[in-house]
Amino acid sequence: MAQLNMVQAINLALAQEMERDDRVLLLGEDVGRDGGVFRVTEGLLERFGADRVLDTPLCESGIMGAAIGMAAYGLRPVPEIQFMGFTYSAFEQLFAHAARLRSRSRGRYSCPMVVRTPYGGGIKAPELHEESTEALFCQVPGLKVVVPSGPYVAKGLLVAALRDPDPVLFLEPTRLYRLLREEVPDGEYLVELGRARVARQGGSVTVVAWGSMLERVLKAVEGYDAEVLDLLTLNPFDSEAIVASVQKTGRLVIVHEAAKTCGFGAEIAATVAEEAILHLRAPILRVTAPDVPVPLAKLIDHYLPDVQQIRSALDEVLQY
Amino acid sequence: MPELILADFHVKRLQVLNEKGEADPELLPELSDAQMWRMYELMLLARIFDERAVALQREGRIGTYPPIRGQEAAQVGSAFALTGKDWLFPSFREMGAHLTLGYPVAQLLQYWGGDERAQKAPPQLNIFPFCVAVGSQIPQAAGAALAARYRRDPVAVVTYFGDGATSKGDFHEGMNLAGVFNLPLVFICQNNQWAISIPLKGQTASASLAQKAIAYGFEGVQVDGNDVFAVYRATRQAVEKARSGAGPTFIECLTYRMADHTTADDAGRYRSAEEVAYWEERDPILRLERFMEGRGLWNPQKRDEAAARGAAIVDAGVAEMEALSPPAAAELFEDVLATLTPRQAGQRKVR
Repeated sequence: MAQLNMVQAINLALAQEMERDDRVLLLGEDVGRDGGVFRVTEGLLERFGADRVLDTPLCESGIMGAAIGMAAYGLRPVPEIQFMGFTYSAFEQLFAHAARLRSRSRGRYSCPMVVRTPYGGGIKAPELHEESTEALFCQVPGLKVVVPSGPYVAKGLLVAALRDPDPVLFLEPTRLYRLLREEVPDGEYLVELGRARVARQGGSVTVVAWGSMLERVLKAVEGYDAEVLDLLTLNPFDSEAIVASVQKTGRLVIVHEAAKTCGFGAEIAATVAEEAILHLRAPILRVTAPDVPVPLAKLIDHYLPDVQQIRSALDEVLQY
Repeated sequence: MPELILADFHVKRLQVLNEKGEADPELLPELSDAQMWRMYELMLLARIFDERAVALQREGRIGTYPPIRGQEAAQVGSAFALTGKDWLFPSFREMGAHLTLGYPVAQLLQYWGGDERAQKAPPQLNIFPFCVAVGSQIPQAAGAALAARYRRDPVAVVTYFGDGATSKGDFHEGMNLAGVFNLPLVFICQNNQWAISIPLKGQTASASLAQKAIAYGFEGVQVDGNDVFAVYRATRQAVEKARSGAGPTFIECLTYRMADHTTADDAGRYRSAEEVAYWEERDPILRLERFMEGRGLWNPQKRDEAAARGAAIVDAGVAEMEALSPPAAAELFEDVLATLTPRQAGQRKVR
């Protein structure tokens, strides 16, 4: 087994699925000759040709809309939007069409596509390049939202997403692209969508995180008897796993790098309040970014939750 | 340094039938008398359907409805050039195109009556659902055209939209994709000259909409949208061009919305009775009647017979629509995803 980073793992998943299924096509700005701005699609144009890897004009809504038409026609397009902040130009296509196509055509057409986009902060990039507005997308029924937290799950989740009959937004945490290396099997494996992963067993507090925050949470919980859940899929999310863990630990801390208000942590907290409130021994705490726009590089470390903030929250619920 | 001319353009306008119903024999498409009759009957059917739909809305039997009155030639003439294998990405005001392709009357009314179940296109037709968001179907059509080309299917993808949609970003993105990838795509703009209350001059400073295609590197043509033969001729050429791999075409059908934007609108607030009267004189059905009368194909009795057949079709559709039982609450969850999420499944159970 090879030690791969997340860029390599995603590239491998795409290449293997394109090999297996000629319906899988990539399209987006710079995905071909340039191999994508993070080189995630490097080598795929040479291997699969310009019919399968399409360098498009600069047009996020056009890319997303075209992917919908391709999917309805029977292909499995993988549109790439260079940064999550640029998906905003394609909101209408994603929200009003991709997510609703199966429903509004009453099953006559479906939209099996995987929208890949780098997401999240901590890479010292310009404005709109470090957004983490995943909760916006989770409000839309019909759209699945997946966030890998490392190379191994990235490959397995992407393969599962590519075989899913519905549209999936696949958010790739940019900070992790080259940060971690893991053993990634060359052979086929799937990581099921909608299932959380227990990243660390523990008994006195449950910490729920996803994406690049997982790496930070795992550092923060050293020395604590904490159970860490890596959510992996935000819509549909694995409420069962969260409730089961909270029933065991009696305490819950949610960590995300998006702003607090209406962040996805609110959904988790509300779900636990509905389903497991009598198991709680302390208030549910959220460690999040403040309710401000994602800042530029000089302030990003003051924006993203850090290890110390996570530890303070753990101490607070444990001492309550 | 001398100034260089980088490119030189012209914009064509096509008319076959003039207002008096006189045809240019050079341009008249090859159509049998029976085909001409069929076109006439379809336009009449579209008119009867439309009048009935407006009446049904007034009686509270369906919801808000966008009338097509005046646009029958643009819709029937263009759809007459298509087959069931071609792909259609409509907006929401092309019921005449739907009827031409054999879309069930009951299902059209069921949709405007607010019944989700009506959104499932019949299996023999590749028609996308009505697109109420203006212009967003245009890049989707580009995607289907990309897919058709990838699959080497000799089909044309056709997208319909109005003059208002040409102001939107998605129009640009779809047109640009079509040009860059030389897609088998036909853009049919029904320029009915009003986007609710905003007239064409409030929508664009262009002398025509057809000329917008020039900037994207492919042919744009304006046709008289109230002339069914001109619309048919231009669409047939564009569709054949698309099917043969020769690329996209933009067709501007210059027509007129004789009715309100929808049954919730009052066009009297923003346009003059004189303007409407001017266009009523140019009614596309009237024009075809004049032409067919000149050829000995039409007389008032034949019209009455055709109208009676159309009314019977619409009557049957209304009866069928009204006999449907209302959708059950569980219908809310139908086809949201291929498999409901656990939460959706739980929500469905208690409804």
